Amino acid sequence: MSEAISALNGKVAAGEVTVREAGLRGMIILRGDLSDKKLRKVCTALTGVKVPEQGQANCDGDKGLCWMSPDELLVLVPYAEATQAVTTIEAALSGTHFLAENVSDARAVIFVEGRFCREVIAKLAPVDLHPDTFQPGDFRRTRLGQVAAAFWMLDEDTFEVICFRSVAAYTFDLLAASAKAGAVGMFPTPE
Amino acid sequence: MLTLRCPYCGVDADETDLHGEGQAHLKREGPGSSDEDFEDYLFMRENPKGVHFERWRHAYGCGKYFHAARCTSTLQVFGTYSAQTLEPPQDIKDKISGARPGWS
Repeated sequence: MSEAISALNGKVAAGEVTVREAGLRGMIILRGDLSDKKLRKVCTALTGVKVPEQGQANCDGDKGLCWMSPDELLVLVPYAEATQAVTTIEAALSGTHFLAENVSDARAVIFVEGRFCREVIAKLAPVDLHPDTFQPGDFRRTRLGQVAAAFWMLDEDTFEVICFRSVAAYTFDLLAASAKAGAVGMFPTPE
Repeated sequence: MLTLRCPYCGVDADETDLHGEGQAHLKREGPGSSDEDFEDYLFMRENPKGVHFERWRHAYGCGKYFHAARCTSTLQVFGTYSAQTLEPPQDIKDKISGARPGWS
């Protein structure tokens, strides 16, 4: 087996807001009936977090569940556990209508950390990121610049962004440029 | 700029998040239909000034198709609703009637 390397191999653009590629992360696309008890149970067993409500992400370290659409979840696990996690899901849901696929190597994860991280993202996405409407735990699939991406807030100073691996370099450069350009001052920033 | 609320995500999606998919509530004419009906189904579209029903796809979001009722001249959006329906739901019709009495 060849050695797995993430899209940007942990590249960092340090600054007042730091953009950092997260390295390898296990990501599984799970499509199925999200109200199904078996599905909810296996997701929680794998990640230790509750199945998120519409438009939410529940994350804990490397693990988490993100609401992608009414019939789709993104299951986040440590990279080394992804293959086993798919096997576990397949065993648990056997006989029902579902699809689970390990997409870890097809995606990239980027952290945006710092005081005005909200504005770094807000400059690039057609999303209202005002603190009144977007809070830690909220999850949004949209676009960043010209490419599809999804993001959620881990805390007031941290966004986690996922995008396709093929556009990881573009997304990283875009976020880094937005961070370098500085704060706009649209949103009240935490002290 | 048009902003439509995706009925599946519950988010206000910007026009650039969406993809327009043309007129809503078309009845498909398949094998066995007359040539005239098939031509109507394939090519003939309404082009109203006023109330219009459209299909949209939340392309950068959940990827689902939904329907929107809006006015083509003022860009007023009356509402969005699930694509799993043959005609606009009553609450949407009521909203349009409130804003555009006598619409058809």
